[in-house]
Amino acid sequence: MRNYLLPEFRIIIGPECVRCLRCVRECSFGAMEVAEGIPKPRNQRCVACRRCAVFCPTGAISIRPLEVAYRTNSHWSERARQDILRQAQTGGVLLCGAGNDLDYPCIFDRLLLDASQVTSPSIDPLREPMELVTYLGRKPVNVTLETRSDGSFRLTSQLPPQLKLEVPIIFGAMSLGAVNLNVHRSLARAARELGTLWNCGEGGLHRELYQFGPCTIVQVASGRFGVHQQYLDIAAAIEIKMGQGAKPGIGGHLPAEKVTPEIAATRLIPVGSDALSPAPHHDIYSIEDLATLVSALKEATHHTKPVGVKIAAVHHIAAIASGAVRAGADFLTIDGFRGGTGAAPKAVRNHVGIPLELALAAVDDRLREEGIRGEVTLIASGGIRHSADALKAIALGADAVAIGSAALIALGCTLCQACHTGRCAWGITTQDPELAQRQDVEEGAARLVNLVRAWSTEIKEMLGALGINAIESIRGNRERLRAIELGEETTSILGVKVAGKE
Amino acid sequence: MESRQYYVPSGCATGGILHEAGEPISGCEIAALMGAMHERSNGLGGGFAGYGIYPEMADCYALHVMYDREDKRRAVEELLSGSTFLVRSERIPTRSTAGVVPGPDVWRYFVQVPPRNLESLTEEDYVVRLVMRINLELPGAWVISSGRNLGVFKGVGYPEDIANYYRLDEYKGYMWIGHGRFPTNTVAWWGGAHPFSLLEWSVVHNGEISSYGINRRYVEMFGYRCTLRTDTEVLVYLIDLLRRRHGLPWTALWAILAPPFWEQIERMRDQHKRAAYTALRQVYGSAMVNGPFSIIIAHSRGMIGLTDRVKLRPLVAARAGALFVLASEESAVSAVLRSPEAIWAPRAGFPAEGVLQRSEAVAG
Repeated sequence: MRNYLLPEFRIIIGPECVRCLRCVRECSFGAMEVAEGIPKPRNQRCVACRRCAVFCPTGAISIRPLEVAYRTNSHWSERARQDILRQAQTGGVLLCGAGNDLDYPCIFDRLLLDASQVTSPSIDPLREPMELVTYLGRKPVNVTLETRSDGSFRLTSQLPPQLKLEVPIIFGAMSLGAVNLNVHRSLARAARELGTLWNCGEGGLHRELYQFGPCTIVQVASGRFGVHQQYLDIAAAIEIKMGQGAKPGIGGHLPAEKVTPEIAATRLIPVGSDALSPAPHHDIYSIEDLATLVSALKEATHHTKPVGVKIAAVHHIAAIASGAVRAGADFLTIDGFRGGTGAAPKAVRNHVGIPLELALAAVDDRLREEGIRGEVTLIASGGIRHSADALKAIALGADAVAIGSAALIALGCTLCQACHTGRCAWGITTQDPELAQRQDVEEGAARLVNLVRAWSTEIKEMLGALGINAIESIRGNRERLRAIELGEETTSILGVKVAGKE
Repeated sequence: MESRQYYVPSGCATGGILHEAGEPISGCEIAALMGAMHERSNGLGGGFAGYGIYPEMADCYALHVMYDREDKRRAVEELLSGSTFLVRSERIPTRSTAGVVPGPDVWRYFVQVPPRNLESLTEEDYVVRLVMRINLELPGAWVISSGRNLGVFKGVGYPEDIANYYRLDEYKGYMWIGHGRFPTNTVAWWGGAHPFSLLEWSVVHNGEISSYGINRRYVEMFGYRCTLRTDTEVLVYLIDLLRRRHGLPWTALWAILAPPFWEQIERMRDQHKRAAYTALRQVYGSAMVNGPFSIIIAHSRGMIGLTDRVKLRPLVAARAGALFVLASEESAVSAVLRSPEAIWAPRAGFPAEGVLQRSEAVAG
């Protein structure tokens, strides 16, 4: 069958080229070949990951969209027509990586933060204390104290396990398999240095990283990969993965060729076998079943650590979240429809789920209506791009945010969406040892630490401007948000007033 | 008026005077104390709470209710007749005063709660529900105080004029707090003046609650409804929740409303103290009051001044014999105490407390 698809990109090598062929070595997709000692682009294979251009010593490479016009058609986008051709040629599901890239409205971009003027002084975080410490874990409605005659008091009730986060930003779940061990190593080191948590995802935890247990959330997902007593024991917290924002309701498939001996050992499956995560947990067909698993995990770890649930943002998220809290979840991760993935059917990634902002607001509201908001830590994830997104999510009601895509971008990811090919030129989502070694563990950790520190500093600046010196005073404080160009119903779900309104 | 979704941040003068031995103090004293701080307000709100002013009715809840609309009075009185034992009702006497444009009709009702109405509620919970119901469901009627043997008098005007308007010179009580308002917004309405009061708690406040949005959503989880459009209102509900319903001591309230910084908590040598302060911040983070404030909290057994944890608003305390005085400025202290034995500025986040030593005929 003749290929009717044109390349998406066109690589142009300028006269600055010194023929060092670095680009040829860097390109893992075979989009740069050598012809008579000169790099020769193979446009068809280019994914626009920018690896060649970034590493070109003379800056000779530019990559442009291949400009072959389709007749303009607002309904039949170029992408729609290309996808049809691709499917007509293969008969397959379109796969892709990263997160939903369609032009849905971004609510974060239509929310604005407040600042103090005159009546309340803003605070300079460089001179005054500014607190970001957040505790993850179930909080009781009240504490009981024994008070002495001098007014001093002692705690007579015991709190469920609490994990201290120095910053309200954690690293979101990315499995060993979706990313490689070097990425896990960087995430673990960065989390430890930052005093926060990382999440090993659903593919188990490599034994080498057990030493990072105190800053690790381990996942228990439908495939139960790598779940055993020691795995649960060394973790700081356990997360039951019910869903993922990039592919709500869909399982996962780590193809056999990615199942290297190391991944096989970590996941407890044979080398070279497909690792299939079923769509549902086959022991969870109702909320009672979820409660059973939560309770089993708590029993297995003697109630010493928080057990949480991750759910994708879908239409009935508020009711689901309430059920999960009542089922015993100590923390809830709500993953919005912009959340990333190592591989997902494009149709699902782009069309299933709802925006994080709405899901978060609805969940926070529902839990408050039911008087159980305090009993759970809410973690918002799915497309958090910068410190302002993080702070807006917290103001909407999250206790903390989890970042996945942003963390990978810090490591070099360009969102070229070729994760599922296993050929990641940046060495992130590939298991090819040659490519994986492109991720320097120490440097990667330093980049992640820098990113989170930079965001933390920015959050402190914004809190200072708000006249607030502790993160808990902006958490759920929607009074300090205003909406611009959002419909009435949307603002009412968000619980946010329109800009200009007192 | 139609929207209750906005609120007005406040500037202001605060003051309070307590006779710790329970001797009656004339309303003139608090008017003089507030009058000395005239320049701190702008005439857009003044108010007072007097404790021990209704000794002959001390076993009744005194509901002070403001009416924007006459028909709401009938609705409230109908509700009160049906749900309480209404002992006495009367219009609160006022006198024509230069500088005060007569505002809403203000009535007081002395009520008792029939035990058969309580079901599983405490008497206090019953009264709180009643107050919330009127303020929420009968806009145009506002319950501005609901404690026993105490009452709030407030309106639009300078505090000393409001005192004259409500004829406070005719009242005596063992404790008074007062407020002069400088709202940073021209919305001036009688219900929005301070003090804010519920049951035995009354609060006057100088400052702005930057954490108002979450404080409000937090108390709403426990059935309180903020309807009076000033951020201070939420403080009263926080105090009622923490002190009465959760049974926490005042010392724990400071650790919640104006908590030490984490760094200070980590440095606490006593591990029990450290554990308790940590738990209070973990559990009650949404009750922390952030932003600049100095407040005076009056309760049946005394008066407490507190500032935010970096002290961005002024507060001085003074003593002369059994008299304990709190004020935004020292000048106000000298208006009521001729030769104070002590005048001090309380430390940031630490309370200055006056305690009533007498146990009979207190408010509550």
